[in-house]
Amino acid sequence: MTALPTKKLEAWRYTDLRALERLSFGEVPAAAVPDLPAFAGPRVVFANGRMSQALSARLDHAQDFAPVQEHGPQSLAHINAEQAQDGLTLSVPAGVDAGALLMVSYNAGEMPFAAHLRHRITLGANARLMLIELVKGDGVYWHNPVTDISLHDGAVLTHIRLQQESAEAFNTTLIRANIAAGAGYEHFTATIGAKLSRTELHVSLLGEQARTDLNAAQLLRGEQHGDFTAVVRHAAPNCASRQTVKSVLADEAHGVFQGRVEVAKGAQKTDGYQMSRALLLSDHATMDIKPELEIFADDVKCSHGATIGALDAEQLFYLRSRGIDEPEARAMLIHAFLEEAFAPVTDEAAHGLLIEAIGKWWTTP
Amino acid sequence: MLEIKNLHARIGDKEILKGINLTVPTGEVHAIMGPNGAGKSTLSYVLSGRDGYEVTYGEVLYNGVNILELAPEDRAAAGIFLAFQYPVELPGVGNANFLRTALNAVRRKRGEPELDAVAFLKSARAAIKSLQMNEDFLKRNVNVGFSGGEKKRNEMLQMALLKPGLAILDETDSGLDIDALRIVSEGVNALRSPSFSALVITHYQRLLDHIVPDVVHVLAGGRIVRSGPKELALELEARGYAGVEAA
Amino acid sequence: MSDTQLTPEELAGQKYKYGFTTDIAMEEFPKGMSEEIVRLISAKKQEPEWLLEWRLKAYRLWCESVEPAWAHIHHPPIDYQDYYYYAAPAKAAPKSLDEVDPELLKTYEKLGIPLNERAALAGVAVDAVFDSVSVATTFRETLAKAGVIFCPISEAVREYPELVKKYLGSVVPQGDNYFAALNSAVFSDGSFVYIPKGVRCPMELSTYFRINARNTGQFERTLIIADEGAYVSYLEGCTAPQRDENQLHAAVVELVAMNDATIKYSTVQNWYPGDADGRGGIYNFVTKRGACRGRNSKISWTQVETGSAITWKYPSCILQGENSVGEFYSVAVTNHHQQADTGTKMIHIGKNTRSTIISKGISAGKSNNTYRGLVRILPAASGARNFTQCDSLLIGEECGAHTVPYIENRNLSAKVEHEATTSKIAEDQLFYCRSRGLSQEDAVGLIVNGFCKDVLKELPMEFAVEAQKLLSVSLEGSVG
Ligand SMILES: Nc1ncnc2c1ncn2[C@@H]1O[C@H](COP(=O)(O)OP(=O)(O)OP(=O)(O)O)[C@@H](O)[C@H]1O
Ligand SMILES: [Mg+2]
Repeated sequence: MTALPTKKLEAWRYTDLRALERLSFGEVPAAAVPDLPAFAGPRVVFANGRMSQALSARLDHAQDFAPVQEHGPQSLAHINAEQAQDGLTLSVPAGVDAGALLMVSYNAGEMPFAAHLRHRITLGANARLMLIELVKGDGVYWHNPVTDISLHDGAVLTHIRLQQESAEAFNTTLIRANIAAGAGYEHFTATIGAKLSRTELHVSLLGEQARTDLNAAQLLRGEQHGDFTAVVRHAAPNCASRQTVKSVLADEAHGVFQGRVEVAKGAQKTDGYQMSRALLLSDHATMDIKPELEIFADDVKCSHGATIGALDAEQLFYLRSRGIDEPEARAMLIHAFLEEAFAPVTDEAAHGLLIEAIGKWWTTP
Repeated sequence: MLEIKNLHARIGDKEILKGINLTVPTGEVHAIMGPNGAGKSTLSYVLSGRDGYEVTYGEVLYNGVNILELAPEDRAAAGIFLAFQYPVELPGVGNANFLRTALNAVRRKRGEPELDAVAFLKSARAAIKSLQMNEDFLKRNVNVGFSGGEKKRNEMLQMALLKPGLAILDETDSGLDIDALRIVSEGVNALRSPSFSALVITHYQRLLDHIVPDVVHVLAGGRIVRSGPKELALELEARGYAGVEAA
Repeated sequence: MSDTQLTPEELAGQKYKYGFTTDIAMEEFPKGMSEEIVRLISAKKQEPEWLLEWRLKAYRLWCESVEPAWAHIHHPPIDYQDYYYYAAPAKAAPKSLDEVDPELLKTYEKLGIPLNERAALAGVAVDAVFDSVSVATTFRETLAKAGVIFCPISEAVREYPELVKKYLGSVVPQGDNYFAALNSAVFSDGSFVYIPKGVRCPMELSTYFRINARNTGQFERTLIIADEGAYVSYLEGCTAPQRDENQLHAAVVELVAMNDATIKYSTVQNWYPGDADGRGGIYNFVTKRGACRGRNSKISWTQVETGSAITWKYPSCILQGENSVGEFYSVAVTNHHQQADTGTKMIHIGKNTRSTIISKGISAGKSNNTYRGLVRILPAASGARNFTQCDSLLIGEECGAHTVPYIENRNLSAKVEHEATTSKIAEDQLFYCRSRGLSQEDAVGLIVNGFCKDVLKELPMEFAVEAQKLLSVSLEGSVG
């Protein structure tokens, strides 16, 4: 197997996979998928790295899984290519609005195992899709999915992910998207689960007026480690990208945001924006941020901002002076803090799922 | 009834309140005037329980209960309301959600039934109307992007809904235009009753033309240096603090 | 600052005007780096045994380490055996200013740094370093009266061995990085400053570095100690002749501030940047670091970097003492084929430590300009604050501007804020200036100076004017 990346690599300086390396993986067990949320649209379910035919709808534009060749520089993608046996292969024809699709990835077993899914999603010109991804599990496992996305001219993909892996799980997610002229990729990830997780996005804006919005909310506690890494490459003029990452860290949690905006020579009139805010709720929580700009064109507007801090004492007092007790006041301020990252999730079903998951985050000890 | 007895308080090592004695019987409105930096806001924060203020001596009884031990939210439930000199902005917190959460928290603690969304909206709309505010206020985030005057009106809106027994207005008149001053005063006067009292902190007589106080106190250097009938405010206006303190 | 704002005519400068060479008999050690050379340098300076050992340790660390590759710079491999590591005017070191070689005096005069005390800038004491050695230090008596020690470091080794031994390498140890190790092994001269307890240094101190000899590396070492309650403002300027090959400069600067002490360190770096095609120019690999050891101490770095073919430099602050303050104000301009990778590190260790970073990068021509910065808040640094702003301005379609900040927070009560923007000069600003009669270049000069104002205002007056001129000169030919 290809070796795991180490902290010596600049891209991995804040995330240490040695705990994952120490695991030895056994046979992939069979999994019984527990209750799935009600969802109006079609659904596709993966259990322990395989599609569950019984639980999945027959999708209109799906194709059979075919093994992949990997040429990218990411070593995790190579491991995925060596091991992947299934995944969603979807190709929405030009002009078709495929509506909303719920994809559930569930992993569970008694002994450690690894699941490598390889998803390929292509939207033809002006096609549309909303993909809602629910990632859950039980026990110790490594979930290492790779999703390759290709959007043709004018296509729009809305991709909403809720990562609620088991507390002992490792999740390394790689998403690569090529966006053609006038197309848009809107992404939202809520990171709530896993002992260690890394969500890594590489989005290339290849045609004029392509755009992407990458949003994430990380809610971490205990000894959880959550890493959100996003690289947006502006290869054509007049493209826009936004990255908004909010992290709420309790106990001894460790949050990471690495964001890079690359503007290639000739990509004039680029509009690039990155914002990372972290809220520390405990003395032992830590946050590392590396927001990079790499710019080779002069007529661009790029900015980034980052803040790290605790809850604002003044705001807390104001709420309490109006009769709201402390835990509720804190919860209100934390919700408010996350608001900006959630704003793009306008779909009601998806919003409901997120709110429920986050509501649970407060109440479970 | 509010009774402040020989209250000393400090911020860090700095003593700000140096023995305040003040009694506001229920049903009365008292004004507090005094030079910048005298300790007026400090007093209002100490009364409402803000962190960072250490009471080194003295006590504060509200309706016979020592409130200095209470958390800010419990003082609010007990009926104490502070209209902040500088209202705080809460980005991401919707005004309607904030008002309703506060109102129901207070009602719960007072043993009153909580209001559902419909009942809440009804009373909020009524209050907004009486303060001649725009209903958009409810949709916006608390005080974010509000003008100075709008923030003060928002404080009055909260007061109208929370129906306190003791209102402390810290320079609520500053930043208000002439019409707003009248409207806000009417809001306060509407609450006046034998079971309501108020401490009105201000620098200007014109507010006291609208909210006529029963007693005027002068706070200077951390102490009440003069108290008198409403005419004292006129004297202050004419002679300044130096002249009045000396008298 | 408005009184130092230059008129457009003043801003319109000329090409690199410090490119001349001085013809003077030199003593050089053989080319190349070896233990032998390290011993020769130490012997030449009649150094005590401990310092020779210190250098040899550095040499061994250097041999074991590799050149760092993480910076956003590219250059052909440097052949360290092809440089001279020691070059000095052949005449014996002068005892007083009257004995300094007239050729050298003329050189410094031409550079605008008259060493003659009567003609000198009022209120500025200068240590002039020519290739590997200090050739003159002015106003020594005035300073001595105040108890301030300001002398070449080689002299300090002889005269104040205890101080040097105590502090040398205490902020930047020999093995800190590749270039620091190189410097520690072969440093030949530089300035030493000690401000005793409670003393406010009566004048600005400054060192003027000049590389003259061909194929020569300059490895100066500066050590500044401000004892309790002391204050010093220190300026550093650099130039080099126009030569086709790349000269090497690897300096180390160490600052130590005790309780309530303040050190303000300003640099105007104008080493020869190479020609328009990227031939020649200085390779500038510098390690600068200050330790705020004491309570309420403060170290403030201000730099205007316009020269050098390559700049690799991260003046940093270790904020150890409670309430200590670190500041970094930087303007870096790159044009033609220049490459700059510069920034700072703020390490917050003590309670209530504060740091401010203001960085302005301007790239033109085919150059690349990178801001690289680290803000690290350690668990004990309760109440720490950092504010960072880094702005980049691009002029032309072939240059690059990069921002690489690292923010690491391990304390709940710390507050860290970071902002960065990248933009070009707005057409409407340019048009507005031109419609008032300014030429395109003058307009750019004005706007760039405005862009850098927050940093330039931190410079002492004499330097601010110089820096403004430099900015315009450096950007010449980048527009229109
Ligand atoms: N956090 C603080 N730390 C130190 N001193 C403070 C702090 N807050 C207030 N003070 C000082 O306490 C004194 C009283 O302040 P306060 O705000 O109570 O005055 P005030 O009477 O309300 O004045 P104004 O009429 O200007 O509103 C002032 O000298 C002020 O500077
Ligand atoms: Mg006040």
